[in-house]
Parts: sequence; C-alpha cells; structure tokens
Amino acid sequence: MAKIRGAVTVNSERCKGCNLCVVACPCDVLDLMKKEVNNRGYHFAYMAAPEKCIGCQSCALVCPDACIEVYRVVEK
Amino acid sequence: MENNDIIKIENRVYKKPSLLNDSHMHYCPGCSHGVVHKLVAEVIEELGLQEKAIGVSPVGCAVFAYNYIDIDWLEAAHGRATAMATAAKRLMPDKLVFTYQGDGDFAAIGTCESIHSCNRGESIAIIFINNAIYGMTGGQMAPTTLLGQKTATCPYGRRADLNGYPLSITPLLAQLDGTRYVTRQSVHTPANVRKTKAAIKKAFQNSMEGKGTSVVEVVSTCNTGWKLSPEKANQWMVDNMFAKYPLGDLKNVDAEKKD
Amino acid sequence: MNDQVTLMKGNEALAMAAIRYGADGYFGYPITPQSEVLEKLEEEMPWETTGMVVLQAESEVAAINMVYAGASCGKAVFTSTSSPGFSLMQEGMSYMCASEVPALVINVMRGGPGLGTIHPSQADYFQACKGGGHGDYHPIVLAPASVQEMADFVALGWDLAFKYRCVSLILADGLVGQMMEKVVLPEQRPRRTEEQIREQCPWAVMGRKDMRPKNIITSLELDDDKMEANNHRFQATYREIEKNEVRYELVDTDDCDYLMVAFGSMARIAMKTMEMAREEGIKVGLVRPITLWPFPSQIIAEVAQHVKGILVPELAAGQMIEDVKLAVECKLPVAHFDRLGGNVPTPDEMLKALKEKLINA
Repeated sequence: MAKIRGAVTVNSERCKGCNLCVVACPCDVLDLMKKEVNNRGYHFAYMAAPEKCIGCQSCALVCPDACIEVYRVVEK
Repeated sequence: MENNDIIKIENRVYKKPSLLNDSHMHYCPGCSHGVVHKLVAEVIEELGLQEKAIGVSPVGCAVFAYNYIDIDWLEAAHGRATAMATAAKRLMPDKLVFTYQGDGDFAAIGTCESIHSCNRGESIAIIFINNAIYGMTGGQMAPTTLLGQKTATCPYGRRADLNGYPLSITPLLAQLDGTRYVTRQSVHTPANVRKTKAAIKKAFQNSMEGKGTSVVEVVSTCNTGWKLSPEKANQWMVDNMFAKYPLGDLKNVDAEKKD
Repeated sequence: MNDQVTLMKGNEALAMAAIRYGADGYFGYPITPQSEVLEKLEEEMPWETTGMVVLQAESEVAAINMVYAGASCGKAVFTSTSSPGFSLMQEGMSYMCASEVPALVINVMRGGPGLGTIHPSQADYFQACKGGGHGDYHPIVLAPASVQEMADFVALGWDLAFKYRCVSLILADGLVGQMMEKVVLPEQRPRRTEEQIREQCPWAVMGRKDMRPKNIITSLELDDDKMEANNHRFQATYREIEKNEVRYELVDTDDCDYLMVAFGSMARIAMKTMEMAREEGIKVGLVRPITLWPFPSQIIAEVAQHVKGILVPELAAGQMIEDVKLAVECKLPVAHFDRLGGNVPTPDEMLKALKEKLINA
C-alpha cells in the first residue's frame, strides 16, 4: 500500500513564532524552538517529529508569513 | 525515506507565491492580514493577472500592503479606497482593480464611498478585513467592535447606549443591486483559508469580467489588540465574532442564476 | 484652423474645452454655481465619441479621490466644484500634491463662509494659494477673467500639471462661470493611448506591463529623512514653477499714476473703472494676475516704482492684498476695496473707492 510522506521547510528568519502552524498540524509534527531564536528574537517553528509529516499543507495554509514550503512524496 | 530525500523541488506542493516578496511584513505574529496577503498574491498568480492587477491599499494596518505584494498600487486616503478603485477601473476597464480595507477604513470613515461604489456596481473587488478593532492606532473601538468587547476607547466594554451597536455592513451591501457577490469568510483553519482563497478568486474574476462589485469580508483576529495569543484569538473569534458575523455567502448572483 | 465662434457660459466652456483636450475623465458633484460643467458633459456624452469617462460621484470627497486615482494612473482627469465643495476637497488636494500627480481642479467660487450664498466671490484666495489642506504644498492657480480664458486654461492647466507633476487649479468666480460670452474652442485632440501614457508617465499605476518594476503612488513616508527629502523635492519644483510660470496681463501701466491689482471678474470691472477714470484725467493702470500662485510679485514691484498708490479690489475681505503688500514691501499706500457675500461692485463704486481711499486719502 502506498504511504504518503511529507516534509516542510521553515524560513526561520521570516517566521515570527506565532504558533498557528503548530496548532494547525493534524499530526503534531511542528513545534517552536524552545531556546533558539532568529535574528528578530522569535522562537521559530521547526519539524520536531519529521517522521509524522504527511505533507497536508495545513501549516503552510494558515501561516501568516508564508514561511513554510511543503513537500510530499508517495512511497510505493 | 529521509527528509532530504523528500525535500526536492519536484516534490514541492506548496510555496510562498512569488508576488509576495521577501520583505519582512510589519504585521504582528499571527495576524490574519498575512494570510490574506498571501491569498491575494496566489490568486493573482493563478489567474495570470500580474501585469493587470492594481491594488488600492487603505489607511490602517494594511497601509503598507504595497510593500509586500509586487503589483502596481494606489495608497488611498482613509476610507477613500473604493472611490479610487472606481476611477481606476472606469478609466482602465481591462485591469483587475481591488481594494484591501480594514473595518475602520471600510465601515466607518469610508462608509459613504463603500456603499455608493457597491450600489453603482463598480466592477471592483473589495477585500474587507473585519477584526473588530483599530489595530494600527493601538486598539481603539471599531464600528464592528462587539457589545461588551473592551478596547482602548471603550475600556469597560462597548455599550449600546454609549457607543452604539456593532455594524454588520456586509448584509447591507448584499441588498444593493450593484453587488454581484458578497461573502463572509475567515482564515483561522486550513479549510477556511481554502474557502477564502476561492472567494477572492471569484471576486477577482468578477472584476475582470465586468460583472459588478464583489465583497469578500474576512472575519479576522487582532491578537495584539485583543490582548490574546494568536491561538486564543482564533478561539475568541469563533466563540464571539461568528455569532454577530456568521460565515458564508450572503449573495452570489451567478449561483442564483444556476438554480 | 478652427475659429468657429460660439456663445456659451464659462462653465460650459470648461466642459467643452476638456472634451476637446482629450480628457480621460471627469468626476464631480453638483453644486451651484458650477453645475453646468457636469450637466454639459452629460449632455455631450463624450464616452460615445472620445471614450472619456464622466461620473457624478456621491460627494466632493469621493470626487476628488477619484481624480486622485485617475491622476495616479497618468490619465488626464479633472473635477469642478464651488467653495463649500472645494473645502471638502482640501484633503485630496494635499494628497495629490504629496503624491506628485498631475490633476486639474476647478473652483468656481461663491460667497462664504459656510453655505454662504450662491453668488460670485473671490474669498477662497487664501485656501487656493496658501495651501487649504495640510502640509507644505502649492497648486498652480490660474484665474480666468473671461469665457475664452475658461476654455484656454483647461489645456494650460493640464499641460502645466503634466509638465511639473503637480495640481493645477482654475480659480474662477461665479460671475465668470455663469456669464455667456463668445468663445473659440480648441481643435479636438485624440485621447492618449495606454502606450503613450506609459511613455509620458512612466510612474503611472497601470499594471506591471512586461513585468516592469512595480509603481506605487502614495503620500506616506514614515522615514523622517526620506519625507524631508520628499519635501525638498516638492519645494524645488515650486521654485521652478515660480521661475517659469508667472503669468499676468498689464493694462495701461506705462503712464499710470495709480495702479489697481485685480483678478477674475474684478479685473473686468477694474478695466471699466479705469476707462471712466481716464475720462476724468486720472491715469490708472492694472496688473491682472493670471497665475495667483505663482504670484506676479516682480512686475507689481516694478510698476509700483512709478505710481502713487495701489488699490486692490477683491470680492474678498482682504486676501490678495497681502501678497500685493509683500510685493511692494509696503513702500507705498496699498488700499483695499471689496464687496462681500456674493455682491459685485459697479465701476462707479470702484471709482469712488479709488478716489476716497487713494487719491484723496
């Protein structure tokens, strides 16, 4: 059976750490950096559990700063 | 499969629209404006209207929309965006002309222009961001501020006897003969973002086809003005705003014709 | 050559001259005593011939912002109004000057303040010439004294506006707007094509054809240093206009002992007054400012060197007289004569004032 695998990249300098992507993700993939901040001082988002990502784009759709690119492959 | 195997151009299914440039947007973290800007850029790209689009930005938080979306822009005086759009569209009927306005701009100081532009049926698209507060000036009462909602100029909550009632302007516009498509959307969930994008696309197509006025109200959050986290602001919007400003199409002449 | 003489009102001449200029659009709101501009345009239906847009807006506020948009798109657009309406347009005037867009605005003045009267006045001189809105700005102010000049200044106003990327204001009064006179209208010019506008106005908002860099028309600049630089650029333009565009008419100034400085319909009455004065052996000359801004200070100062005194007749309680006094640095008597509230003086009244205030003073 085909399995969908996804991944996202976050433009960490553009990210403002609003957390809306973390909330929108149905698979609990994303989180905000706990300590690390970007140049503007925001705890930016990252893939905390990359193996769970299904590339559904929910995070990217709700991202107000268009920081997220989404990739998806179907594993045969 | 490792992440690096997945993150390849050929596997990319979502990216920032190229019309939305790399400038750092001045909006607060979690602000709905960013999402709607992104949708505007996406729709213009998808319709191939990069060379024909003219935006009119308002006075309010979105005043600098012209810095972020790489099309031609007019920056209107407070409330006068639809008057400017009227002239631009009449003088250049082959262009996509849209306004991008907040609740103060569209429904307080600009109410006269808003109503008359819609009533004349100008073939412009109006994107109306309703977050029930004045964001840019620091959180004062908007025409759409809810009863009981606290702002800097109604610090104990809006009272009908002191401040009047919140203005739901979109249903009023739907009654006008000049409007072709009037809808109320939001961008707080992925599904709602998709619906809002479809609404903006329809509004822009109506402008290009000279079909009359389209109004897309986006019920939005202002988490800074509301003094909530972005996540809690979304919840507050669902719990409080949607009762007064319910989502959905208020008028869609094309759909009615099909029936 | 088109030299066909027709008889029409000043307001109608404005409308006809605009169509003939190849105007792209008119946006206005009815107000007495200038409503014939919009009425004539609607009657002529130029959208059927030249493709010009004509729209009755919901207010003067909307109208001026429609003009602001059209001008920002490089189009030849204009509006007309009368004093109370012009007050409502001041915000737009300021924005257009700040955005450096070329527009034509017409104010056919009536008596104020407030709703005032519907009859002629010149009491918007300060508002027109000194910046009626906020910030440091100037429109070029043209003062027609005949129906022919109403027609001629439409083209002149637009030509200057496009040359300097500024606002031209035709400051007429209700008398010039309402009176009928002979006029020769200009030849019909074609409206500019989009390509021609893109070439003439590369800054215009018309969409990013061939994905050229985006154009933004805005009056906003939050960086103080950049806004100061913007202001310096505006002022440099104004100095250039002051250098090149001062216009005036001299009547009998070579041998005069007394001088009058008057514009618009008051200049017409002044000319009759001068005739009557000459019959009595009193030699009076006239400087008629055609541009109220830039003001013809230099020529007034020159003529003033050989006269005994100056009378400034105005349909206002002493507005232009300030500029006359500045021009002559108060080196000689400068007297004022007015009728207010929509009243217009007879030449007899003006001659009497000349004698009382200047000759026998």
